[in-house]
Amino acid sequence: MDTQVTNEHDRQEHYLNVDYGIRSWLLTRDHKRIALLYLGSITFMFFLGGIFALVIRLELLTPAGDIVGADTYNKLFTMHGVIMIFFFLIPSIPAVLGNFLVPLMIGARDLAFPRINLASWYIYSLGALFGLWAVFTGGVDTGWTFYAPYSTTASYTKVVPTIVGAFLVGFSSIFTGLNFIVTIHRMRAPGLTWFRLPLFIWAHYATSVIIILGTPVIAITLGLVAVERVFRIGIFDPALGGDPILFQHLFWFYSHPAVYIMILPSMGIISEVITCFSRKRIFGYSFIAVSSLAIALLGFLVWGHHMFVSGQSVYAALIFSVLSFAVAIPSAVKVFNWTATLYKGSISFEAPMVYALGFIGLFTIGGLTGLFLAALGLDVHVHDTYFVVAHFHYIMVGGAIMGYLAGIHFWWPKITGRLYPETLARIAALIVFLGFNLTFFPQFVLGYLGMPRRYYVYPPEFQVLNVMSTAGATILGVGYLLPMLYLTWSLRWGARAGANPWRATGLEWQTPSPPPTYNFATTPLVTEEPYAYPLREAREY
Amino acid sequence: MATTEHVVAHQFDDAEQQHEASTLGMWLFLVTEILFFGGLFLLYVAYRVTYPEAFVDGSHHLDLRLGTINTVILIGSSLTMALGVHAAQVGRQRALVGFLLLTIVLGSAFLVIKGFEYAAKFEHGLVPGPGFALTGPLGPQVELFFCIYFAMTALHAIHMVIGVGVLAVIAMMASRGAFGPAYFTPVELMGLYWHFVDVVWIFLFPLLYLIGGR
Amino acid sequence: MSQHIVPVRVYVTIFAALMVLTALTVYVATLEHGALSTPIALAIAITKAMLVILYFMHVRYSSGLTQISIATGVLFLLVMIAITMADIVSRGWLGTPGS
Repeated sequence: MDTQVTNEHDRQEHYLNVDYGIRSWLLTRDHKRIALLYLGSITFMFFLGGIFALVIRLELLTPAGDIVGADTYNKLFTMHGVIMIFFFLIPSIPAVLGNFLVPLMIGARDLAFPRINLASWYIYSLGALFGLWAVFTGGVDTGWTFYAPYSTTASYTKVVPTIVGAFLVGFSSIFTGLNFIVTIHRMRAPGLTWFRLPLFIWAHYATSVIIILGTPVIAITLGLVAVERVFRIGIFDPALGGDPILFQHLFWFYSHPAVYIMILPSMGIISEVITCFSRKRIFGYSFIAVSSLAIALLGFLVWGHHMFVSGQSVYAALIFSVLSFAVAIPSAVKVFNWTATLYKGSISFEAPMVYALGFIGLFTIGGLTGLFLAALGLDVHVHDTYFVVAHFHYIMVGGAIMGYLAGIHFWWPKITGRLYPETLARIAALIVFLGFNLTFFPQFVLGYLGMPRRYYVYPPEFQVLNVMSTAGATILGVGYLLPMLYLTWSLRWGARAGANPWRATGLEWQTPSPPPTYNFATTPLVTEEPYAYPLREAREY
Repeated sequence: MATTEHVVAHQFDDAEQQHEASTLGMWLFLVTEILFFGGLFLLYVAYRVTYPEAFVDGSHHLDLRLGTINTVILIGSSLTMALGVHAAQVGRQRALVGFLLLTIVLGSAFLVIKGFEYAAKFEHGLVPGPGFALTGPLGPQVELFFCIYFAMTALHAIHMVIGVGVLAVIAMMASRGAFGPAYFTPVELMGLYWHFVDVVWIFLFPLLYLIGGR
Repeated sequence: MSQHIVPVRVYVTIFAALMVLTALTVYVATLEHGALSTPIALAIAITKAMLVILYFMHVRYSSGLTQISIATGVLFLLVMIAITMADIVSRGWLGTPGS
């Protein structure tokens, strides 16, 4: 840590200065250090995936294929998707902020299984190495969905290493999810009953349930694709009577709930941030808590809406369509409760709050366009167009990443003991918001007008909207680089953060920043409801 | 009789909490295993409903006698494993080591017999892939049956191999007196895993070997 | 450690029951040829699995949390199979859209 200043903070022992050296990090079992190991890994993968996105946007600047050819373009969007989804979004919030905060928020000294936690990072890293190997030895072109039979028989790219990478990352997230569930069940501080838990914990609990139930299915499915490729057998091969649509069922049984693995933790962060910067108790606590579980459970019943044009039975499609609409209910419960929390709150616009407000707007747009896609008849029209691309980026980037950045800023003082530069951070948040909308809103229009996804050339009349999108992507890129720079800067030059710079509630703010290795000097006793902010729920209307 | 005092890890309050956390963790892992095998069971159901005759035909190429013997062996190994956990609970050190070794022997016997079955399939060209021997109208679909057969039994066998390996480690620890009535969590978790593998086989046996009347 | 100890007698009885059921399922498989053979085989397999889970794996004596976890895992497996089969079974009822 900083050696220039020696005040009381420096003499205090905490998890960062308890010992030094590479070994003390690589063999650590401290959940907080493992969270930082994850932070480093996923940040690297995020910027790698981002580079692919920028090349994609650069290629689409003009209607002709000027920078890359069709084959390279296929690899670019595949590797962008694989890296962003498997290696960044799925581990992002749970493995970094969840890892850091779950024990702190429930008043525990560590997660239940610290060694398994460390193992999960190593397995993640091994998986990431396989992914990088695939990327740097030629890439893969199946799309992140690995649809059979193209992935099993036709593609001549690095499908197997990519699959091995995704498989391993799946196991690392199973370890994380298992750890969270056991920890939340068995290690809560005395007095911390289920309905006193922070909503961040509820969100991570629901996420972990999805991870436990869904991830093994993708593991076996991708395993079968690899086996089919390597041994040239035909599990999904139509030549033997195999059914490629069955692959899609297995794939989406995990990969649809995986969307909620990415968005639920983000929603947990938003619940914390909104209530803190409104200085107001959250509206409808128990509804938000239970809606997380409802999303987790309903999320497992709707996967077929990715397959409306795959050739699945129209009767099944009808059921999937109806059920998909049902997921909107718990999602809307959250959005309405957040806005109701803002009502008559004492709102201040610190950077996490700017991100969180951005999240609410963008997630709402992403969610509502999801209803368009859940409607069977409409989906046939816009399926595989940029409308879909825009929709899921509103959820994944506008939702999950905005939430992630809100969380990183909100808990940065707790993680590092330093404050980030507030003005710069607010500007960056606005840049991200503007850049994001400029990138992806035109894509809704493009998709509605009929521009298909995954093409590297397009008719000239689509160019204006594509130029807007590419311009937005560069702004968005700047918006992501800025936090990277000033957060790193703040490690050394940032102002000291006290234990609780936001005057927030929650056990994590009652221990010093950065926290000591075992989190609390004495196990805290919880005697009150969460979010005991000065302003209560608005009763008069 | 060895009852080694086991240190409670720093994150837990007491041995009770630590034990509860460990067993819950193991059970959650087994839940992931249910769905891991579950993908294959879904494939089985989907293809069997679509191609019932081919599945009957394929099943008749399996060795019912060896399959039955293996079922008996594996359930027997579950009994010895359960008795091993019991021996640890009541602190019978020698019995614990003995039952663990017996479980290893039975598990290995299962794998050896499975190996003979696989060898016979290779001999008769019943292994899916370019050299699959069966032709005729049902040929490709019987090949699909064998894809499923090999995927399911091989995944099961991999779990057995891992189980035997871990059992060997635990038997070694047990012989050094690592477990007793105060601390036997690893033996107990091993037992859960082993019984789970047994349960998977209890379903695989009738679904693969016993269809269409023998 | 507060741990339920199942008597050896119970283990041996369960093992004997499992052996009887194994013999039964093989015997039934040699007789049955009708549509009932698969349900019977599955019923016997489920009974055997329940015996192993409840007694060998001590679930009968476990916490409610453990029991709920297992039930959830099985339930979601059944959901996955049931919904996928709903597609596969009904696919032929009406022509595939577009063909």
